[in-house]
Amino acid sequence: MTITAEPAVQVQGDRVSLLRVLGPAHVWALGVGIVLVGEFTGWNFAADKGGALAALIVCWIVGLLYTSVAMIDSEVTSTVAAAGGQYAQAKHIVGPLMAFNVALFLVFAYTMLEVSDAILLGDTIVAKAGVEGLNHNSFIAATIVVLAWLNYRGVLMTLNVNFVITAIAYVSIVILFFSVSPWTQGAVLKLNELVTPGNALPYGWIGVIAAFQFGIWYYLGIEGTTQAAEEVRSPARSLPYGTMAGMITLLIAAAMTWYVCASLMPWEYLGITYYPLWDAGKLTGSALLENLLFIATLLAALASANGCINDAARAWFSLGRDRYLPTWFSAVHPKYRTPYRSILFLLPIALAFAFIADLNQAITFSILSGVLQYTFMSINIIMFRKKWPLGSIRRGYTHPFHPLPAIVLFCLCVVTFFAIFLGFGSQLIAMVAFYFLISLWFHFYRYKFVRRGAQFTMPWPKPQGY
Amino acid sequence: MWVALSYACWGISIVLALWMLYDWFKIDTTYSEEMLTSSREGELEAVSEKHRI
Repeated sequence: MTITAEPAVQVQGDRVSLLRVLGPAHVWALGVGIVLVGEFTGWNFAADKGGALAALIVCWIVGLLYTSVAMIDSEVTSTVAAAGGQYAQAKHIVGPLMAFNVALFLVFAYTMLEVSDAILLGDTIVAKAGVEGLNHNSFIAATIVVLAWLNYRGVLMTLNVNFVITAIAYVSIVILFFSVSPWTQGAVLKLNELVTPGNALPYGWIGVIAAFQFGIWYYLGIEGTTQAAEEVRSPARSLPYGTMAGMITLLIAAAMTWYVCASLMPWEYLGITYYPLWDAGKLTGSALLENLLFIATLLAALASANGCINDAARAWFSLGRDRYLPTWFSAVHPKYRTPYRSILFLLPIALAFAFIADLNQAITFSILSGVLQYTFMSINIIMFRKKWPLGSIRRGYTHPFHPLPAIVLFCLCVVTFFAIFLGFGSQLIAMVAFYFLISLWFHFYRYKFVRRGAQFTMPWPKPQGY
Repeated sequence: MWVALSYACWGISIVLALWMLYDWFKIDTTYSEEMLTSSREGELEAVSEKHRI
């Protein structure tokens, strides 16, 4: 990947739009960057719900869910190449009300994930410092403001930075894995002592179901790659390539992370620590590994927050551009070519949540919005294939075994909703009620401002049956 | 050191936030609203990729 300077002012006539400057490596950096923090914290709470083996089972099953997400998303996005990602897909394939809801899912999922990342980064620094009275608020503010500034200044530099810091965080997991002699049990790793038939599934199979809620963290956010659709040079090639490469990267990282952590910590501790990989680094007894994993935890949180700001701003920007929200939000910076007003609008909201919200609440809201979005995707692909069958429009990528991935995705989403209901039932109901009420507002008030014909922009033939 | 770093974080946050507000004001007063909100979805796509089967 080459790192080049941001272009100077480029205004074509009296129009200004987002820049097409990204390649597959940037798409990978966006997707993996958002997700990788889940290996450094989050997935391990699955062990608290169902034991170490449950955390491994959900790693595989939720991996299947996200492989379906990546395949479905790659096919649709390689065709609907517009900022807003799943929002633009929903608008063209399902309809405006679904699109409005999907955009809100996206903004909530990414903003709450950004908030969680910033809180994690602040708490990690405070834990490392061990200074009495040191507050995490300054580190949270710096994380959110510096990354917003980076996003404000241009997408190319933003994702170049994400590529570098994500790669460092990823390599740290690989280094940790090979440093503990994974091929030898007993030297450093003690999997056969820590995970036994007696404690592998302490709560039985209901524990495995409950673990789904946090198993999502292994991969949450990989679908964020689609938000770059309007800024990649070749969407039909770069998006499927970057997304699928990202998914493979994450499957490997998740497996390595579980193996090392479950072999070093008892499930009772693994399920409650906020820093499983950093703790694993400490438990090796190597100061070098401990410091490497501390830095990697910070970098992973930074990369995730950076990608989340990018994605939330593009979803919000797209809503403004179609008049689903005031068009004021659809402004593009004439020099940096970024949705600068959307970035600035979401900045104080993220700061406010980061200062007042609890990490668990923020994570739960993010996961809930994410799962609502995945449920939509399973329905979306069925409608897409029905309205525009293979051969009717050009696809950059065609996913195999249709409709099996859509069915698998839908079923796993239902299981995940049940798992969330077990742990955070009231939040689930409150969130669904919120989306219902906001849908009423959109349908009865806001939609009259939308230019109905102008919002459908893809040069496709009429769908079958219309 | 950590306390100094904490103060530095506040400082950097305030400086960058003010810079963004200044730039926002400058851009909004230099360019017309029509031009700033002139981006259209699918415009580049339609130009760059001909839709052929």
